[in-house]
Amino acid sequence: MVCQECGVRPATLHFTKIVNGEKTEFHICESCAREKGELIPGTSGGFSIHSLLSGLLDLEAAGKGKSDAASTVQDVRCEECGMTYGQFSKLGRFGCSSCYKYFDKGLDPLFKRVHGSTSHVGKIPKRAGTRIQFRRQIDELKEQLQQAIVQEEFERAAEIRDQIRKLEKEIAQE
Amino acid sequence: MPNLWFTEQALSEWMRSGGSHSEIVISSRVRIARNIQHHPFPLLATKSQAEEVLDVLAPVIDQDQETGYGSFQLFKLDELEELDKKVLVEKHLISPNLANDSRGGAVLLNEDESVSIMINEEDHLRIQCLFPGFQVREAWERATAIDDIFEASIDYAFDDRRGYLTSCPTNVGTGLRASVMMHLPALVMTKQINRILSAVNQVGLTVRGIYGEGSEAAGNIFQISNQITLGQTEAEIIDNLHSVAIQIIEHERNARQRLLTDSALRITDRIMRSYGILSYAAVMDLKEASQRLSDVRLGLDLGILKAPSISVLNELNVKTQPGFLQNIFGDKLSSTECDMYRAKLLRETLGTTH
Repeated sequence: MVCQECGVRPATLHFTKIVNGEKTEFHICESCAREKGELIPGTSGGFSIHSLLSGLLDLEAAGKGKSDAASTVQDVRCEECGMTYGQFSKLGRFGCSSCYKYFDKGLDPLFKRVHGSTSHVGKIPKRAGTRIQFRRQIDELKEQLQQAIVQEEFERAAEIRDQIRKLEKEIAQE
Repeated sequence: MPNLWFTEQALSEWMRSGGSHSEIVISSRVRIARNIQHHPFPLLATKSQAEEVLDVLAPVIDQDQETGYGSFQLFKLDELEELDKKVLVEKHLISPNLANDSRGGAVLLNEDESVSIMINEEDHLRIQCLFPGFQVREAWERATAIDDIFEASIDYAFDDRRGYLTSCPTNVGTGLRASVMMHLPALVMTKQINRILSAVNQVGLTVRGIYGEGSEAAGNIFQISNQITLGQTEAEIIDNLHSVAIQIIEHERNARQRLLTDSALRITDRIMRSYGILSYAAVMDLKEASQRLSDVRLGLDLGILKAPSISVLNELNVKTQPGFLQNIFGDKLSSTECDMYRAKLLRETLGTTH
């Protein structure tokens, strides 16, 4: 197999990633990996996840079809650190936490591909936590509310609605 | 100059007790990535911005403060010699990235080296906890407790929907990477390893060789870790890794038994030869050393060899790395000298057990 980067040397580093049954393959030769500065001498070889990611991100722009549409996506800029989406897709890394906000549009498909999911369900910082925990409870209750309505359990639906109102009031008071 | 105690022993204190399934699982590790609000990630931070982050984070774990994990000491990477950095990397206490590329990089190490807190690596804060044997749950519990200590005074970059925000999109959400380092010689010998590793990949876990190049694992030591950090709770991630690791342990155990019943003579010969070569060779490159140490490790578990102890083998795995050899025998060794001193070290360590 020939290296995807240079198209000359045989590919010796192979990466396969499968998320939700979707398979992405990447084949590259060692000297291209080295050129990219991804091989750290004296440690276990391999090229970094970032270049692999940038492949995924480029795909993202390419998938949009028309080049001018893609170029406006590339030009979106994070107002806090100044990084553009184009730079982000090259580096495969965010410049600051606000990048998540400014690049939000492109992130759902990326996260879906990398993690098979788009939102966090794990640990929450305790101090910022109560508000978020309430919000999560509300989301859960809303789902239950929908189910209750579908199943025509209106008494239970009314109870759930009251619980939601109570939680929303508590958030507002905070 | 700070006291560089970590260069004295190849084996961290935490590795001296075995932990469960220690005949297969060498160690368990959890690291969590965190960032501080309103500070650019280390990738974009200037030197002074990085130092600001260091000044905010380092005092949280005060050197005299009682955390329950022993006292911590701070090492700034730009104050360390190249060789000392190499030793830290070979002991897995810091990443190569922190050693070579960081601005304002530092590490907080506790006494038994079971907790290493990296500052200004790819993320502002990376809390790493190491346990011997198969103790990935214990490692998570400690890491999250240390996370709580930081969180009490630091405003983390956290988003309701995306979770903990990290520099690399592959860490976002929980910021959690849990891994177990396993010795799987019988699965390699019986050629089952590739089938098992590709199955592991299908369930959101990833495998790589440790100390090896590319996909080839030196010394049959593999590191299995979670790939997904978003959309699963920490408990789910840990449980998933835990249950897959248990199955791999079972397979390896069965494969070892099968080797003993089907080809006892061949396997005994291989192990005894490796022990002999390690004990008497005059030149030994790293690859051969790793492979032969793997054979000896297997021989211990199968009861074919009675000595050395697992702990001596763990120590040799680190000591035979280039950085540590230079640490013992002086720096700037040529690769031939390295191979010669490696052989000497092995002879002296194993020879005395005759």
